[in-house]
Parts: sequence; C-alpha cells; structure tokens
Amino acid sequence: MKIDVGDWRVAGNAGGISAGSSGTRPLAIEARGLVKRFDGFTAVDGVDLTVPEGEIYGILGPNGAGKTTTLRMLLGIIDPDEGLRRVLGHERPHDVAHAIGYLPEERGLYPAMKAFEAIAFVGALRGLPLAEGRKRGRALLEEHGLGYAADRQIRQLSKGMAQQVQLLGTLVHEPRLVIFDEPFSGLDALNQGKLEKMIRSMAERGTTVIFSTHVIAHAERLCDEVAIIAGGKVPFAGPVDVARDRIRPQVRLETRAQDGLWRGALPADARREGNFWLFSLPESGVEPLLRALIEGEAGILSLSIERAGLHDAFVAIAGEAAARALEEGDAEEPKP
Amino acid sequence: MTTLSKGRLSTLSAALVIARRDFVAILFSRSFIFFLLGPLFPVIVALMAGGVGQKVQQSAAVPELGIAMQSADVDAMLAAHKALAPRMGGAAPDLVVVERLRPGESFDPARALAADRGNLAAIVSGSPSAPRLTGTARDIGPWQGPVSLLAAHALSREPDTFPSVTLTNTATSTVQERHGQMVTAQLAQTLLFLLTMLLAGMVLSNLVEEKGNKIIEILAAAIPMDAVFLGKLFAMLAVSLVGISVWGLTGGTYVLLAGQLPSVPTPAVGWPLFLLLGVVYFSMGYLLLGSVFLAIGSMASTVREVQTLSMPVTMMQLMVFFLASFAMTQPGSPVELFARVLPFSSPFAMLARAAQDGHVLPHLIALVWQGFCVVVFVRVGARLFRTRVMKSGAATGRATKDKPRRRLFARA
Repeated sequence: MKIDVGDWRVAGNAGGISAGSSGTRPLAIEARGLVKRFDGFTAVDGVDLTVPEGEIYGILGPNGAGKTTTLRMLLGIIDPDEGLRRVLGHERPHDVAHAIGYLPEERGLYPAMKAFEAIAFVGALRGLPLAEGRKRGRALLEEHGLGYAADRQIRQLSKGMAQQVQLLGTLVHEPRLVIFDEPFSGLDALNQGKLEKMIRSMAERGTTVIFSTHVIAHAERLCDEVAIIAGGKVPFAGPVDVARDRIRPQVRLETRAQDGLWRGALPADARREGNFWLFSLPESGVEPLLRALIEGEAGILSLSIERAGLHDAFVAIAGEAAARALEEGDAEEPKP
Repeated sequence: MTTLSKGRLSTLSAALVIARRDFVAILFSRSFIFFLLGPLFPVIVALMAGGVGQKVQQSAAVPELGIAMQSADVDAMLAAHKALAPRMGGAAPDLVVVERLRPGESFDPARALAADRGNLAAIVSGSPSAPRLTGTARDIGPWQGPVSLLAAHALSREPDTFPSVTLTNTATSTVQERHGQMVTAQLAQTLLFLLTMLLAGMVLSNLVEEKGNKIIEILAAAIPMDAVFLGKLFAMLAVSLVGISVWGLTGGTYVLLAGQLPSVPTPAVGWPLFLLLGVVYFSMGYLLLGSVFLAIGSMASTVREVQTLSMPVTMMQLMVFFLASFAMTQPGSPVELFARVLPFSSPFAMLARAAQDGHVLPHLIALVWQGFCVVVFVRVGARLFRTRVMKSGAATGRATKDKPRRRLFARA
C-alpha cells in the first residue's frame, strides 16, 4: 500500500477572499478601493492590495483585466478616481520615486542613446547622480554579459538586448520596490529563465518585486502572494497556497476491492477514472477517510492527495471565462 | 541593500535631467543644422524677392510728359526744363517732344495719348502763357505745379540766376528720433517673431518621440509631468540660445571685419539693456508660446498629426505678432495695454516699448507677470497631457479633504 499525503496538514477550508500574510512586516504597497474609469468604462473597480516588503507579488489576470491600470495607479502615472494608495508609506508615489524601479509592458528607450547612457538616464530620473549611473551602467552591463555593447546605440542592439538594457536601467538605482508590467512578455525561454532567477535574487536581497502576468506558471513558480484580477476586480489576493486551498485537495485512490462497505466512505463527487477513484478530500480530513476505507476492506493499493494548482484555483476564483482568456494569452507566449 | 539615490528629485532637478538629455540629443542631431541654417532662409528669400523687385522696377515704365506746342514754344519749354530740372529734385518730369505744331495747326492730346505705345503719362499743349495739361487725374495732379513753373520760366518771368542756399545738418530731431526708435522696435519684434516661428515646429513635435518610443511611461512613473514639460522647454530654449549665440558671433565677426556698425537707431533704454531685455523677452515669449505648443503637440501621436497642427499654430503666432506690431504704433492706447498684458503678445509689446520708452519699472512688472504665466501654462499643459493622453482622471489637482490642493511647482 502506498499512501502519499504530501505536506498536507490541515483539513478543511483554509481561505477567506483576502488572505494577506503580511504579519508585522511593513507594507510596500497598500491600496484600498482603487477605482479607475476611462470614458465611462470602469477599468479598475475597487481593487484592494496589500504587499508586504521583501515579497514577490504577482498580479495575475488575462489581458484587459486591469493589471496595467492598477500598476499605473500605484506608480502615480495616473491617479485613481476613487480609493487610496500608499506606496512605501507615501500616498503620492512620486515622493518615493527614487526607491522604485519600473519596467513598463511597452518597452522603450531613446534609440540614439548608448546602452550605458540609457541605463544612467533612467537612474538619473530616479535621482541617481549621472556620473554614478554611468559607472553602474557599465558595471551592470558587464555583469550581465553585455559589456561589449555598452557603447553601442540602442538602435544598434537586438530587441532582446535592448530589453535587457531597459531592465538594468530599472535596477540601476537599487530600488526597494520594483514593479514589472508583463516582464516575461516578448522574452525567449532562455531569457525568461534568466529573469526569473534575477527576480528571485532581488527578493533575496530584500527588494519587493511586483509583477503582472497572464502566465500562471510564472506566478506559481515565483510568487509568495498573488492577486487574481478579472474584469477590473480582485476576487482574491493573498498567499499562493491559500489560493490553491480555495479548491479542496483531490484524492486519488486505487483499491483492490471493486465494491464493498468502503464505498460508503467516498464522497458524492467521487468518480471513476480507469483503476482510480477521484474525489475531493472530505472536510473531515484524511484520517477518518483512511479509517473508513480500511474498516470497509477496500484493500488500498495507493492513495494520494494532490493539492490544486494555481490554474485550478484561478478557474475557481475568477471563473471559466477569465481562465479561457488567460489561456489564450498564455498560448502566445514561449515556454521556459 | 543601500539605495544610492539620495532622495526624490525636485521638479526643477527632474526638469534639468530631461533638459540635459534633450539638449544633447538635439545638438547632435541633423535637425539642429537646419535650425542653425533656419535664419538664412528668410534672408535668402528676402534677397531674392528684393532682386526680383529691383529688376521689375528697372524695367517698369518711367512716366514721361509729352509736349506738343509750336516749335518756338517747345524750344522755350525744353530750355526751361534744362535750367530748372536740376534744382527741382525729382519733381520735374521727363519731357518728350510729341509734336512741333505749325501756326494754326490743331492737335488732339487725348487721341495722341491713347495712340502712344511709349511711356507718355500726360501731354502739355497750348502755349507757355496758357499751358493745357491732358492726362489722368492721378498723373496731371502732381505735375500741375512743375509745368506751371516750367512755363513761367519759358516766358522769362523767372530769374536767370538762383541764390545758393547754405545747408546745416543737425544730428537728429524729435520726430526723427521717434521714427528711428519705431524702426528699432519693429526690427526687434520681427526678429523675436522669426525666432519663435523657427522654434514652434520643433516644440510641436517634441513629445512625439517619447510617445512613439513609449518612453513617456518611464518618465511619467519617475517624475512629475510638469518636470517633463519644463525640461523639454528648457532644452529647446538652450538650443535656441546656442543658435542665437552662433548667429550673434557670426554677425559680430562680420561687423568687426567690415569695420562699421549697422546704422540701427538707438533704443530708448540704450543698447546694453535693450539687448538684455531682448534675450529675456525672447526666453519668456518662447516659454509662453512653447508651453502652449508643447501641450498642443503632445496630443499628437505622429509627425503627420504635428504637421496638421502646424498651420493653426503659425496663424496664432502671426495674430500675436500683428497685435504687437499694431500696438507699437499706438503707445499708451488701450490696444497697447492689452498687448502688454496678454501673455502671448506681452514679450513682443514690451520689447517694442523698450525701444520707444526709457522707463525700466514696467519691464520688471511685465517679467514677473510673464514668469507667472509660464508657470501656469506649463502646469495646465502638463495636466492636459495627463488627462487627455495619459488618461489620468479627475483626481488630478482637485482638492479634497484627504488630498489638499497642490501648489504651483511644489514638490510633487
């Protein structure tokens, strides 16, 4: 008999709608009831976000869900029509612009600028002295294997290289908070991997990283917490595990006996797939289930409890339509 | 982790970051060459137009006065013309003999004029004692006096000799001085207008690159839009001042080599202050018009859209120029006061005033007013840009209980 319950400890429903895990950590972002309308269309409708410092936080949603608008409000590019935002403790994001790095979805640099100058310029916009920015720009390019391109104009670089230069510009002033809007978009699989590594390394050094994405895999691999956004609303914001726990774990059972008293222990949603029974873990937990199966002489060959993936959680939280839209966007992206 | 940047940039520091980037980018671009050569184009056009005009004038008909009298009378009139013409300046018409009439012979001057294929404008007939002038009213009116004088001389009723008149020149007269200052004012206004014209196109298209390259998002996330606007205006101002310096040096070198100053009448405030005011009013005029053009241009997404906007903008500049030019001729009038107060025409009107009036205080007041207007225009332009282009909503600047109204150029 093989019984695998993984790290499953808690039986029962663990999740509320918003399940922030900030504890006593200071907050990098706090947003309450953000609303943004464009010509009568409500792009963002009452978004609440709480991002503790030092976390990797994902804003997950299909294209047009309101991710970019939310980020633009958090950055102070646009002001909300309603609601409050607090970024690194300040209500006006520009007051802490020197501590923020931002990589927009639509990348752009001055084509005539040299690579190291472009990095220095972005740093200068954030208050980094230009001379220091130039020095650091060269060093960063060197560190990321682009030292040979430091004196090349942006227009002479490949699209991928230019994206990397812009990314380095986002980091040159060593911000406390980095906001990426769809950072993986347009990157090949290799560079997506590099960026994931870079994000993890930033978080290890204490930088808060917020990124928007429509690719669940990135959020699942990287994020401590996610906000699921669809139709301008955030139906869930909290730790990834809590999102997964919105779906009851799935039990996969294989028995020697085909029938018997043990069948009475299976919940109503149990269904047969080949040799296996699949059903949601009952609210009472795994132990009463096991006891009932053994006492009912099921002859357990194997039993595993599988935690729901973020994708399943997304479907459950945001709905089928949002999930389909997410998958359509995801299908266009290269896989790492 | 240590953050290297010391703190957030003030609006002015942020504007300087933008200004430095733009200034360097423009200075090393091809468009700067065109900007530098820009003042040559109107000069070349003016020279060409002048040359063509001269040619036309040279080939244009010089009106002549025909004479048709009895032969003796013709000779007497020609002799009188020879004697008097040098003393009459340009008043004596060129005389052309049309007909020497025999005694009793009749002559129809109107028909002769109609049949003429030359430059005859009128014909004097009859006799020196009873001359008759035939021609259009426009031509014969001014010639009535000279013909009468020639006829009198032909009848020997004028002295044969004329006393010589001693000429004594004075340096100037009040009328001449006023006229001269008006000329200086006109020249200064025209120069100011040409310079702002040259800049308008460049300012209009200034934000197109940022919008095209999507850099605007990075700028807007890092610094207030006011700083972006102000920085771009500063950069263009610096570029234009470089252009002015280049042309100033070129002109100065030419004057030094030629060894003589051009004879432009001295302005009322004197040359040093006038030149200083010229630079300051140019800067103010540029910043005022530039902030409006930048805001208008920022709504455009492509160069084609900018080109469409250029025409109304040029018309607006022309109207401002015409207003200031007209106001200059009416010192102290309500029109002049209006031109001095209206922000866009104020620099033009005040520069003209500096040429015509020596008082300095009005300039200080005007500069404070213009500076205030620059600040307001930049803020309004930036706000328009945010609301229309960046799609930022109603919360911008509206005072609420939780969000006090922002001051002009406060730390954003």
